[in-house]
Amino acid sequence: MYIIIVGGGKVGYYLTKTLLSEGHEVLLIEKNPEKTELFVEQFGAVVVAGDGAEAAILAQAGAARADVVIAVTGEDEDNLVVCQVAKTKFHVGRTIARVNNPKNEYLFRMLGVDITVSQTDYILTLIEQAIPDQPFIHLVNLIHEDMAIVDAKVVAGSKIANRKIGDLPVPEGCIIAAIIRSGELIIPSPSTEVKEGDDVIAIAHRSIEDDLRKLLAKKNR
Amino acid sequence: MKAVIMGCGRVGARVAAVLDHNGHQVTVIDINSRAFRRLPEEFRGRTLIGTGIDEDVLRRAGITEAAAFVAVTNGDNRNIMAAQVARNIFSVPEVICRIYDPVREDTYRRLGLTTVCPTTVISAQILDSVMSASTRTALPLES
Repeated sequence: MYIIIVGGGKVGYYLTKTLLSEGHEVLLIEKNPEKTELFVEQFGAVVVAGDGAEAAILAQAGAARADVVIAVTGEDEDNLVVCQVAKTKFHVGRTIARVNNPKNEYLFRMLGVDITVSQTDYILTLIEQAIPDQPFIHLVNLIHEDMAIVDAKVVAGSKIANRKIGDLPVPEGCIIAAIIRSGELIIPSPSTEVKEGDDVIAIAHRSIEDDLRKLLAKKNR
Repeated sequence: MKAVIMGCGRVGARVAAVLDHNGHQVTVIDINSRAFRRLPEEFRGRTLIGTGIDEDVLRRAGITEAAAFVAVTNGDNRNIMAAQVARNIFSVPEVICRIYDPVREDTYRRLGLTTVCPTTVISAQILDSVMSASTRTALPLES
């Protein structure tokens, strides 16, 4: 694959290093000429100094034959424009943008970026997972649809404890995919009963995540 | 009319001042509070510190009721992103975006943004003057 990476910060640096070692053709575009010199010393002639949002630089980089363009600068606005220019001018099949403000993920997708990666969101998820007894965890966002995989812990006194899956008022746009009980994976049927201490794994549309959270994570009052 | 101006540089401050003078309700956003010193003393509009690429900042600036949004910071990409937020998320009727890079300006004009490219406008004006000067001096020589 031919992959163009824009932005030679830490993320861009390690992406370049890893993708090169995996045998891909990689080109890194970085604005700061001093930085690019260092990169050239290390990686060889796969680094170009310039503004990746500029069509001339992308043209020179051979964006027209790139399979993927990845924008990982520290500025959301730069990442957006890199992806949009790659998409509209060079018809790059897959554009990936790093998003610093998690709120921008939705906007970027709406504006044509194929994949968004929010470090803030990932770190938040990791923190949530690390906190014991967190009743509702957002595990991962699915790429193509606005879907997420979530994990709800059935806490003591939960509304859904001892009820059958088929009887739960699960909101539309959501499916309960699995139950993890004492480390064992159960693929549930409508008659499967939910027990205290279970992890309920659901795939849900992000718009109903809050409803699902209310259903799964709340205690009986 | 309510207008939100992002970027209080020379252009932003002037646009804001003229709109305000003409009786419109203006909010100016800039990341640097010192930029607001460019506004005239009699300016009655609102100033807001923040970046216009943040939806929350735009909302605080009253973008939901704005009839016009003007993006004139010195960063092309920032202007482009803010303009698209104003247009696609807040459906502001009139969105104007300054882009210095002529190629990028062309790209986003095609995508439907109302763009102004100072580079092409100013160089055209300068070239006009230079050309007419050269014809003026050339004419007497020929006659």
